[in-house]
Amino acid sequence: MSDAHMSEGRSGANLSVPNADALDKAADVEGRSLWQDAFRRLQTNRAAMVSAIVLIVMAFVCFVGPVLVPWSYEEIDWDILEAAPPNFDTGHYLGTDSLGRDLLARILQGGQVSFLVGILATSVALVVGVTVGATAGFMGGRVDQILMRFVDVMYAVPLMFFIIILMVVFGRNFYLMFLAIGFVEWLTMSRIVRGQTLTLKNKEFIEAARASGGSTAGIIARHIIPNVLGVVIVYVTLTIPQVILLESFLSFLGLGVQPPMTSWGALIAEGAQEMEITPRTLILPAVCLSTTLFCFNFLGDGLRDALDPKDR
Amino acid sequence: MTSVLEIENLSVSFTTPDGDVEAVTDVSLSVGAGECLGLVGESGSGKSQTFMAAMGLLAENGTASGHIRLDGIDLLSADEKKLNTVRGDRIAMIFQDPMTSLTPHMKVGRQLAEVIIEHQGVDKETGRRRALDMLDRVHIPEAERRLDMYPHELSGGLRQRVMIAMALMCEPEVIIADEPTTALDVTVQAQILDLLMEVKVNLGAAIVLITHDLGVIAGLADRVAVMYAGRIVEQGSVADTFASPVHPYTQGLLACTPRLDVETEALETISGQPPNLQSLPTGCSFHPRCPHVFERCQAERPLLERTPSGQSKACFFNAAEAAE
Repeated sequence: MSDAHMSEGRSGANLSVPNADALDKAADVEGRSLWQDAFRRLQTNRAAMVSAIVLIVMAFVCFVGPVLVPWSYEEIDWDILEAAPPNFDTGHYLGTDSLGRDLLARILQGGQVSFLVGILATSVALVVGVTVGATAGFMGGRVDQILMRFVDVMYAVPLMFFIIILMVVFGRNFYLMFLAIGFVEWLTMSRIVRGQTLTLKNKEFIEAARASGGSTAGIIARHIIPNVLGVVIVYVTLTIPQVILLESFLSFLGLGVQPPMTSWGALIAEGAQEMEITPRTLILPAVCLSTTLFCFNFLGDGLRDALDPKDR
Repeated sequence: MTSVLEIENLSVSFTTPDGDVEAVTDVSLSVGAGECLGLVGESGSGKSQTFMAAMGLLAENGTASGHIRLDGIDLLSADEKKLNTVRGDRIAMIFQDPMTSLTPHMKVGRQLAEVIIEHQGVDKETGRRRALDMLDRVHIPEAERRLDMYPHELSGGLRQRVMIAMALMCEPEVIIADEPTTALDVTVQAQILDLLMEVKVNLGAAIVLITHDLGVIAGLADRVAVMYAGRIVEQGSVADTFASPVHPYTQGLLACTPRLDVETEALETISGQPPNLQSLPTGCSFHPRCPHVFERCQAERPLLERTPSGQSKACFFNAAEAAE
């Protein structure tokens, strides 16, 4: 070791004095967070960006469009009363369904429901599942036992039975459906996250974090969860389509969205019955739904890549 | 010298399906400010577990008894919350494998800053400045650029420097280096040891160096304690211990070290195997492998006692008596 270092050290704890310019510069360039960084990387992924834009446009159109369309989704055109082809004079730009309701208005309204279900129910599943899974996996022992046995019990309860009971207790409610679906989907999420956490838990960087005095909650939030995000995001992109389909199934049974309200799933179910006469009523909502699911998949894939620091 | 970290009659045992295993038995050690204590031993001799206990990082099935005091605070009886205010702030640890000890998704700058934000409540900007300052101190070239890199973008040697920087962030009184050079290649090892030496001299921190590499101890430590089967068998200054080891195990270890200046056909070894901690030999744990064994060794366990030369050893054998 050089003498220079020794003598510097005597005067204080400094091993070497970094130059002041460098310090000022570092303070200017505020460190980017994981998310800012991920977003920057996402922007270079063309498929993901196109998907994101398509999704935003679709959502925007679904939520704003109904105001601009001449017919409302529940209004029956008494002059038609059957599935009519597109006609610009009457304002049915995509024609009508078998009851004479405007198809465009119904697709837009159905889109609102499908988007809401897909996003809200998945968010419920995401937040609850990740929190429970990471906590159970990291804490282990009794906490793990209690949480995971609860998940096992929930798994054993038949979905329909559970939802019907919810409906009976709380009354039929549009938002209750989001909760109910989210409540079912978080179970799998929590198991996946718990499994991932168990493999991460004994990694040395977690030990290092504990050795530097990180609290349990802090370690879960800052070291465990960001590291399981890759897997979680992929699962989320699988969950969104699943949830949208589950909603249409529930609606079909009369437990979800009630007519005259509709969703893409419900529109497809209706359209399927008439596909020989008016394929339009099946194809149009089906195209909307598949485009959306397709975009979600691409976006999820892009996000997964963007969140993995080794992948840039 | 006043000691900063004091370990008194520490025992660590693990509950396993095959019964309890005592990994550390009745160990007492102390380290003073500006002093470097080397702790040597084979794998499984309990050297790491001794300090894992001090950091509250024992595995779930492990229990520790005795006292570990850091400046009057008993670390063993402290609860998690209290421990978290001390860990990283006043006592820090450098881990063996820098490849896996840094969180992969977090940039180096943030990982460093986080320690000081956590303990000293500074804002993000100050944290970042301090991180940069610290990277400079551990001689990382282009520190500013490294601040925004992910751990996987750095080489092993640089990562170990980052680990050291992280341990130094809050200028702790005690630094525990658990085999800090084992995972690195030899040239990088030398650089890291130089850096640790610098830290010792300049920060005045107490350093505990856990290793099985006697060369590392010789270069850095002031005092050395040798562990065998969970107990300290010899303790003394590095100069004395290396010049005239008093315990047969230490003598064996030193004889095993390959030397450049002596031509040999084969490397020396200590015959036999390290004992199974669950069924330790009676008397002195080392007696089955000891070249100087006699009846008393099998019946009675030797205690750590001072020798006239100022070293301590746990052995009945006396070379001087034997020579007579």
